[in-house]
Amino acid sequence: MEVAPPVNRQDILRLIYMTIDEINETLPEDRQLEKSVGTHLIGRGGKLDSLGLVNFIILLEQRLADEFRLAVTLADEKAVSRVNSPFRTVENLTDYVLEILEGTE
Amino acid sequence: MANRQVMIITGSRKGIGRFLAEHYLQNNYDVVGCSRTPSDLQLEGYQHYCLDVADEPAVKQMFLEISQKYGRVDVLINNAGVASMNHSLLTPVSTAQKLVNTNILGTFLFCREAAKLMQRQRVGRIVNFTTVATALNLEGEAIYAATKAAVESLTRVLAREFAQWNITVNAVGPTPVKTDLTRSVPQEKLDALVDRQAIRRFSEFPDIQNVIDFFLRPESDFVTGQIIYLGGI
Repeated sequence: MEVAPPVNRQDILRLIYMTIDEINETLPEDRQLEKSVGTHLIGRGGKLDSLGLVNFIILLEQRLADEFRLAVTLADEKAVSRVNSPFRTVENLTDYVLEILEGTE
Repeated sequence: MANRQVMIITGSRKGIGRFLAEHYLQNNYDVVGCSRTPSDLQLEGYQHYCLDVADEPAVKQMFLEISQKYGRVDVLINNAGVASMNHSLLTPVSTAQKLVNTNILGTFLFCREAAKLMQRQRVGRIVNFTTVATALNLEGEAIYAATKAAVESLTRVLAREFAQWNITVNAVGPTPVKTDLTRSVPQEKLDALVDRQAIRRFSEFPDIQNVIDFFLRPESDFVTGQIIYLGGI
């Protein structure tokens, strides 16, 4: 089995922005996601509905798999049981992915 | 080989799974199979993983490697299953847990991971395995029938959830087939079960393959969330 290369915060942010590009292709003009750490994905000011979030998470998992050979599950029990969702903003999501990857090392 | 589709078959080391793997390898599919123990199937286009279908990290690693090698999954056949013929009052929790893990969690996990790959190509076929024991409320098969009832429910719900990506999810419910799964069941019990069918004979592997072939046809893209029992139940 090949060993996954190390992944840093910038790598994750890049993958999230690539995912935003892909998701934006499916969203109407008034719901486009901005590529910024402060962008709200869900909740107040968020542009994604529940199904949009599902698609977003799946695409991001796939990008982590394709680029870094990482088999991670982003929507695990830790994520869904938190008071503050790790999917609320791009920054929250970046922190959360880093946390998961550190936990799998 | 060009234009070959990619199919995953769980429980492909022996029995129906093995038969289906050999069949679809001859019909323009590359097949990725899995079972707890190694397979001796050595045909071009076949790859085998040794894993427990309910082991999430192992299953995710398998799908990661499939994604890297093929970049797609066209068909998933959730064939892996375990049965237990026993009165419910004599069924240990450990046995019940084993059935829940393999039949329900294994099916769910493979559906989930396959759909993640299928949604990228916006098309896919998933075929689950149920049993007539569920429809007949068969005594002596309480946990087995219950786990397969869960598989039927999963099939119907996932059919709705995955429809947006043109992924169909259906299930086939064979009558008794002469495999390891039924080897320990007394003959009179099997005969009594066959007597409850409209067509009174055992299922043969091609009977099951025929239903799966129907689900996989391009023209079956409007067929989802369906359970087809064999034998006239």
